[in-house]
Amino acid sequence: MNERPDAVLTGQAQDGRSGPHGARLLHGWYSTGGRADLAEHLHRYGPPPLPPGHHPATLLIKAVEEAGLTGRGGAAFPTGRKLRSVSEGRRPAVVVVNGMESEPASRKDEVLLDLAPHLVLDGATLAAAAVGAEAVHLCLPRTRADQVRRLTAAIEERGRAGLDRIPVQVHALPHHYVSSEETSLVRWLNGGEARPMATPPRPFEKGVDGRPTLVDNVETLAHLALIARYGAEWFRSTGRPDAPGTTLVTLSGAVRVPGVYEIPLGTPLGSILGTAGGAAEPVQAILVGGFFGSWLPAAPAAAVPFTKTDLAAAGAGPGAGVLVALPQDACGLAETARVLDYLAAQSARQCGPCRFGLPAVADDLIQLAWGRPDSALIERLHRRTGQLPGRGACRHPDGAARLATTALHTFADDVHHHLNGGPCAAAGRQPVLPFPDAQAPQDEGWR
Amino acid sequence: MAMTRTHRLGIDRIACDGRGLCAELLPELIDLDEWGYPIIRDTIVGDDLLTHARRAVAACPVLALRLDRATDRQ
Ligand SMILES: Cc1cc2nc3c(=O)[nH]c(=O)nc-3n(C[C@H](O)[C@H](O)[C@H](O)COP(=O)(O)O)c2cc1C
Ligand code: SF4
Repeated sequence: MNERPDAVLTGQAQDGRSGPHGARLLHGWYSTGGRADLAEHLHRYGPPPLPPGHHPATLLIKAVEEAGLTGRGGAAFPTGRKLRSVSEGRRPAVVVVNGMESEPASRKDEVLLDLAPHLVLDGATLAAAAVGAEAVHLCLPRTRADQVRRLTAAIEERGRAGLDRIPVQVHALPHHYVSSEETSLVRWLNGGEARPMATPPRPFEKGVDGRPTLVDNVETLAHLALIARYGAEWFRSTGRPDAPGTTLVTLSGAVRVPGVYEIPLGTPLGSILGTAGGAAEPVQAILVGGFFGSWLPAAPAAAVPFTKTDLAAAGAGPGAGVLVALPQDACGLAETARVLDYLAAQSARQCGPCRFGLPAVADDLIQLAWGRPDSALIERLHRRTGQLPGRGACRHPDGAARLATTALHTFADDVHHHLNGGPCAAAGRQPVLPFPDAQAPQDEGWR
Repeated sequence: MAMTRTHRLGIDRIACDGRGLCAELLPELIDLDEWGYPIIRDTIVGDDLLTHARRAVAACPVLALRLDRATDRQ
């Protein structure tokens, strides 16, 4: 992972102003090749620029709005707007840092927390000041015990250096696909299970301890920590005016050097895969976004710029910044069937349409990929996937439906072959997409 | 023209256990899927269906269906 500097970014010129150019979040890594401990972090960036006194940092909110930063946890929601809503709540706020990274094809949050933990923690502290928070919680997956230990130590070290006005509390949560959804975090922090809750109210209105709660992805907060130092204009000096800044991506599948990279937003998907050494073998399709993402045919997708709007026009979204290059000799239907099976097992089983609909769609896809599909299968599959969106308390069914729908579209030729000739040779191939334990979480496993 | 107030149907998907009474009382707006869980065809409830909608909301044994006042159509 990260064996070579990012080709897209290293090509950029320095313009003499302050602030890292080219790679930003991974700047330290590219220049030292090591993890940034506190001394290294302070040497590079200095302490987080907290506003004097205990006044909310309205200037920081303004800077984040002007910067045009959007959330890097999946929905790409404007971060400034969320900061403002939380800061305007009547009661003191709470900040929740989402470091759960439940997306199996994503590694970027883990890498960021590993290489530049203090950027994330600075961001948490600055966001807390911005919204006037009285508590800050960092949520990490229980399965990453090393990470929990390292972050706990880093926070203690910051405490001794007096960097954080409010000490960050580290929590190790169950690591299921939906336990990282924001209402799951809130419910768990309130003493319950890490399963999504019905909304409204949304966490920004009423979250941890009933307080207005800012839930942000770790990468989002790391960008915020740099905006606080170098300003909105600096942030906007890379990327595109309508999609400014850089973003972390996890590249895998048929690329030469899989790993986590930092790219300017607006980079075409083909060039992004180029940063990972390019295709290692012929590529038929690209999975964009992650398990909640979309399959796009490789050739037209290569030219699509990585921005929310351009991806939406192509039928995709940035999601967690995941790109998987599917080699020509893999079976997209088999890959999709396995993912749906995983997502069905990962349902929180609270909502009927998700609890029954996801396994049904998964079974249809399994039949299509490896079985003897009956004549009614395709119609049934389209109906069932079409009925999933918007019918769960959280967007788990929506994400699963998106993947299934785009698979039927992008792999339409394969659908035809499977229907008429049974499983293809590639269906038996080693899976391209990674899978953690596909075990259905047991009841006690949610706490 | 007089201002039209509209109402919007909402379902608490966690509370809903698929009894299906809502679809019986408000078939104009609610279908059931193959497992008996509601599919709302249109969340906006026109004035003509308001009485039926209120009845459906009141009939839900687990209080999963609700009717919210919506100020605009979006
Ligand atoms: C099923 C599900 C899983 C999610 N998992 C994550 C996750 O692992 N990490 C994350 O940051 N956001 C995740 N999200 C999005 C969060 O709910 C939330 O929107 C996000 O943390 C907000 O941060 P941001 O605005 O900085 O992106 C998930 C959403 C859903 C529906
Ligand atoms: S939609 Fe699925 S994952 Fe989300 S809360 Fe309902 S049952 Fe749980």
